[in-house]
Amino acid sequence: MLDRYRVGSFEFGSRLFVGTGKYKDFATMKAALEASRCEVVTVAVRRDVLAADGAAKPGNILDLLDLSRLTILPNTAGCFNAKDAIRSAKLSRELLEGLGNAGAVWVKIEVLADTKTLLPDPIETLDATRELVAAGLQVLAYTNDDPILARRLKDAGATSVMPLGSPIGSGRGILNPANIQLCIEYLKDGDPSYPVIVDAGVGTASDVAIAMELGADGVLLNTGIAGARDPILMAQAMAAAVEAGRCAFLAGRIPKKRYASASSPIEGTIAPAVSM
Amino acid sequence: MNTIPCMNVLLNGKPRTLTTEATVADLLLRMNMAPIRVAVEINEQLVSRKNFSETKIQEGDRIEVVTFVGGG
Repeated sequence: MLDRYRVGSFEFGSRLFVGTGKYKDFATMKAALEASRCEVVTVAVRRDVLAADGAAKPGNILDLLDLSRLTILPNTAGCFNAKDAIRSAKLSRELLEGLGNAGAVWVKIEVLADTKTLLPDPIETLDATRELVAAGLQVLAYTNDDPILARRLKDAGATSVMPLGSPIGSGRGILNPANIQLCIEYLKDGDPSYPVIVDAGVGTASDVAIAMELGADGVLLNTGIAGARDPILMAQAMAAAVEAGRCAFLAGRIPKKRYASASSPIEGTIAPAVSM
Repeated sequence: MNTIPCMNVLLNGKPRTLTTEATVADLLLRMNMAPIRVAVEINEQLVSRKNFSETKIQEGDRIEVVTFVGGG
């Protein structure tokens, strides 16, 4: 069991945030979410399907999630400017308030710059963060792995900063561990419990472990599980990795050395052979 | 013979004809959209759920009715 931690007004045991997109069917998604042991799931806001008058509607994701166990974190994915991200965040708050869901108080702000890289637009992200904090939301800001920008987002009132490992869905892992480490150092300076969650780019379990070993409080991922050959088994791997990484971080790794250092005593070895 | 007065709106980007005086609640009912499962914007302004029954739709309104879908 991992040590518990806080993000804004929430407290969690699990350090995995798992996305609900791209699963081949709802049954796989449900089983994978369970195997990941996550307590937070992300969802996106989209136009409702326009059915012909009186026609049956397709199933809604809200009916398929165990909301007694899971906290919903709405995102603003698909927004390319602050204005649309703010609209999206307010729509999701309205939806979650109507449902009486605890997730109504927070949002993952995601303002993207272009469709090729899906990299966050730093200026728009900062603007949207400021405005949504002013509107009373707890903002989790998805951002580049830039320590200076991370600090600016925290100064703007972000509840958590979420630097990316690598571009969304790229599966390239933690491309710049040195920068992630700096982000964590700056964000936690004089404020050790400030939550930093590495978001995006996770390809496999070791990527999660690396993020956690660097001192992140949690990891948000989606495609790494949903796109795996066996999503349920991969979800299990991610759950184990987040625990392994957290324990390793708390335990304190040994420093890297240039030369070897014997594990067995040097003293008392038998006499070297004289006859060849 | 009476013709029911109509108005044209854009609902989730698609042209629709509604009877004049229709409210947001009327629209959701007609579209078989559960009010609890949606949030509504008219001309980029959020319409609070508690105002669905009082909010009258106007000619030319751009209406967005959204819900949650899977996402990361």
